[in-house]
Amino acid sequence: MTEPILSVRNLQVEFASRRGTLRAIDGISFDIAKGEVLGVVGESGAGKSVTGLAVIGLIDPPGRIAGGEIRLAGLRIDNLPPEEMRRIRGKRIGMIFQDPLTSLNPLYRVGDQIIETIRTHLNLSETAARRRAIDLLAEVGIPAPEKRIDGYPHEFSGGMRQRVVIALAICAEPELIIADEPTTALDVSVQAQIISLIKRLGRDHGTAVMLVTHDMGVIAETSDRVAVMYAGRVAEIGPVQDVVRNPLHPYAKGLMGAIPTLAGDDKRLVQIPGSMPRLSAIPRGCSFNPRCAFAFDRCRVERPEPLPRGAQSVACHLYDNVPAESAA
Amino acid sequence: MLAFTLRRALQAIGVMFAVGIIAFSMFRFAGDPVNQIVSIDTPAAEREAVRKSLGLDDPVPVQFVRYFGNAAQFKFGVSYQFRQPVSALLMERMPATLELAICATVFAMVLGILMGVYSALRRDTLLAKLFQAVSLIGISLPTFLIGILLIYLFAVTLGWLPSFGRGEVVKLGWWTTGLLTLSGLKALIMPSITLGLFQMTLIMRLVRAEMLEVLRTDYIRFARARGLTTRAIHFGHALKNTLIPVITMAGLQFGSVIAFSIITETVFQWPGMGILFVQAVQNVDIPIMAAYLLMVSLIFVTINLVVDILYTVVDPRLRSTIGRAA
Amino acid sequence: MSDAVASNSDKPSMLPKHAARSWFSRALDSDIFYSFLRSKLTMVAAAITVLFFLLAIFASWLAVQNPFDPAQLQLLNSRISPIWTADGQSPFLLGTDEQGRDVFSAILYGLRISLAVGVAGVIFAGALGIALGLIAGYFGGTVDGVIMRIADVQLTFPAILIALLVNGIAKSILGNRLDANSMLVVLVISIGLSFWVGYARTVRGSVMVEKNKDYVAAAQLIGLPAPKIMLRHVLPNTMGPILVIATINLALAIITEATLSFLGVGLPDTMPSLGTLIRIGNNYLFAGEWWIVAFPGIALAGLILSINLLGDWLRDALNPKLR
Repeated sequence: MTEPILSVRNLQVEFASRRGTLRAIDGISFDIAKGEVLGVVGESGAGKSVTGLAVIGLIDPPGRIAGGEIRLAGLRIDNLPPEEMRRIRGKRIGMIFQDPLTSLNPLYRVGDQIIETIRTHLNLSETAARRRAIDLLAEVGIPAPEKRIDGYPHEFSGGMRQRVVIALAICAEPELIIADEPTTALDVSVQAQIISLIKRLGRDHGTAVMLVTHDMGVIAETSDRVAVMYAGRVAEIGPVQDVVRNPLHPYAKGLMGAIPTLAGDDKRLVQIPGSMPRLSAIPRGCSFNPRCAFAFDRCRVERPEPLPRGAQSVACHLYDNVPAESAA
Repeated sequence: MLAFTLRRALQAIGVMFAVGIIAFSMFRFAGDPVNQIVSIDTPAAEREAVRKSLGLDDPVPVQFVRYFGNAAQFKFGVSYQFRQPVSALLMERMPATLELAICATVFAMVLGILMGVYSALRRDTLLAKLFQAVSLIGISLPTFLIGILLIYLFAVTLGWLPSFGRGEVVKLGWWTTGLLTLSGLKALIMPSITLGLFQMTLIMRLVRAEMLEVLRTDYIRFARARGLTTRAIHFGHALKNTLIPVITMAGLQFGSVIAFSIITETVFQWPGMGILFVQAVQNVDIPIMAAYLLMVSLIFVTINLVVDILYTVVDPRLRSTIGRAA
Repeated sequence: MSDAVASNSDKPSMLPKHAARSWFSRALDSDIFYSFLRSKLTMVAAAITVLFFLLAIFASWLAVQNPFDPAQLQLLNSRISPIWTADGQSPFLLGTDEQGRDVFSAILYGLRISLAVGVAGVIFAGALGIALGLIAGYFGGTVDGVIMRIADVQLTFPAILIALLVNGIAKSILGNRLDANSMLVVLVISIGLSFWVGYARTVRGSVMVEKNKDYVAAAQLIGLPAPKIMLRHVLPNTMGPILVIATINLALAIITEATLSFLGVGLPDTMPSLGTLIRIGNNYLFAGEWWIVAFPGIALAGLILSINLLGDWLRDALNPKLR
């Protein structure tokens, strides 16, 4: 396999607070290959968004990257000087935020915001940048782009605004797009369009996508691989079919059980008892142990490390010392 | 847009009407105008004659309409103390007050915005904290004390600046200006600072608060994620979004600056409308008080109207919602 | 818009409703008292404010002379500089003025008058504002419209202008009957009429919220007088915001009185407030007798700064949104 576009190793993110340091991300590792879509799923507070922000270098004080490393196509980027990191943002890594309604500056024309971004990263003239902006708007599916380019954000619908945001994220042909809950704030009917747009753009440009969402359905539809996060750690990571059909981690099992399917209407949706611990009260051992039906003594003492199981990797003691064939 | 402007204009006229009633009531009922004109030992018949000549025996509504009609042509009657038409007195002094108010506003805006932006962007520096402390003191010190302090420092002790008056002024038609002579400019410095200091602290606090709020918004975060330079983010995106409410407020405050110049003019013996008004209050010169109230209200209402309309021009969101509503 | 602009406008019921039961004792053992102990600056400001009030209350015991009593003034003692300067003389701690009046004593008495006018003005403004706010909120419709329109219009004019106008009208009506004592009343009324809007808006907002609640309808159903019930709920709810407005207004009221007196339309020389003292002292500034104006000025500035600090802290402490 060639070198991955994004490689995260043992990343740790901490937030200083009045009650001491909180560890939002506690040693996660994953790779994203060229053109691959990695879905990152988990409950709110699991650290999905923080991971995205850490990759693009937008963790603000009191938060900081406390350990590990992030490599973009081999280049280590977690400790770059701010100015160099800025040049990477928008140019080599694009980002899409959750709420298209608030992501655009209301006082600037849509086109000006795109042209501004293009000219920050590419050496283009004003007219060339404008032409490119119109092409981009057309590519993300905005009708009559040469007219809409002079519109203000409030003149666009939510879905159209998210398309503009996507155009902004891809305007300098980045190698990686981080999409942080890109459809959560949108109508259900628009969600599917946006998801397929992101997927298509990733395919057409060979862009890797890190898709952060709490919606397993979106992941199943879009992603090549999926990482299931729980309390700042990766519980399980693997190809999307494997993880959906055959989840290994008890938390992932619960999560998959919580997806409604058209076929399985005879079963009730499974619910995971309890809720995710707050960062200030993460239990000892496996952080999932208080909610886990299979927890045994070791889970309450020792933290499980990721174990490879075929194409998947799972951080659970249930799979330690068990031959791969007999598992699950 | 037109409907909006029209509605606002109607409101403005309503306010002016209300102020007109107050001014008329002051003029007519607060003390007998006749007593102000005749002496104590004037016989009753002569008093009646004066009363009739002033039209004070007409029905009150008639008097009101007449007063309003006159006021609309800037005829405010004769000052009790100066025995001169009030409008002439006001016109003569208006340039001094307007010049002072404009200089003070410019001073307040420039310094207030600079200090506010700095203390928002470099929140934890010593200088930013100093600005905060200065702003609290600026709000707490009464205007006249600031004036006295400046006079003591720069006029009495150091002798750099004049302590009173406008210095040499140049006549430009009916307007007089101190901006064209050195002594006029020197005379403007301390009164402008005194008058502008309070506005400056207000603007600084507002700019800082707005800027901090804007910097927390999603579109600023997204602008950073797009890799824009810090400069473009701070002074393009953030400042533009900050300045709209700030300029609105500064505009609306211009009326207050004119009213507050009453104090500054008294401290510096500045020959403007404010000092005329204070003298009128001291000597119960009702025609001047009523006229000043009307003039200042007119300035207030006009500025409010202009700012409201300008606001819709500057903010595209508002423009379209109003456009739709209309 | 921002808090800086909206701070004096309607923010109904910042406190939870159950605060009805002895609001004050709750406040004492709550976050508010805690945050008070946390802020050193606030404690200093509170101490200074209390000190000023004590000085004012016990002025006649602390002063070396009664500055209002011409019999106690001796021209022999005029224009003495403060005690630590070369020409200083005991017992004139801060020096004397043109008429041999001890500056320190004059400040104590002036402080008393300034605080009395300020407090009375705030109480008058508060009573007027709360009453009008209740009426506007309860009756709604035209009454509400008229009251709130007046409030809107008045809010665009600076308080000092309104106070000057009221002052001028009062003078014109009273004419020669205006002595120092009635001037006090005129000042209180001028200040009260300039500052009622903040209270009225807060109370009105709270009444509007309470009016539509079920218990009001329930009370009416069983024949209880709704206004009385509402009053019992509305007033405790608005206590916090009103206290904040009152504190900040006290500073403004004192400034307004001082300004009016400085402009020569406030208290006469025979009954000087701090503002009057500053006006008198200002005349001697050019003669180099700086102490006559400096000390009353420092007293006034210190008083206002302390009250403002208290007000700022109180606003932040009572408004959880800002914390």
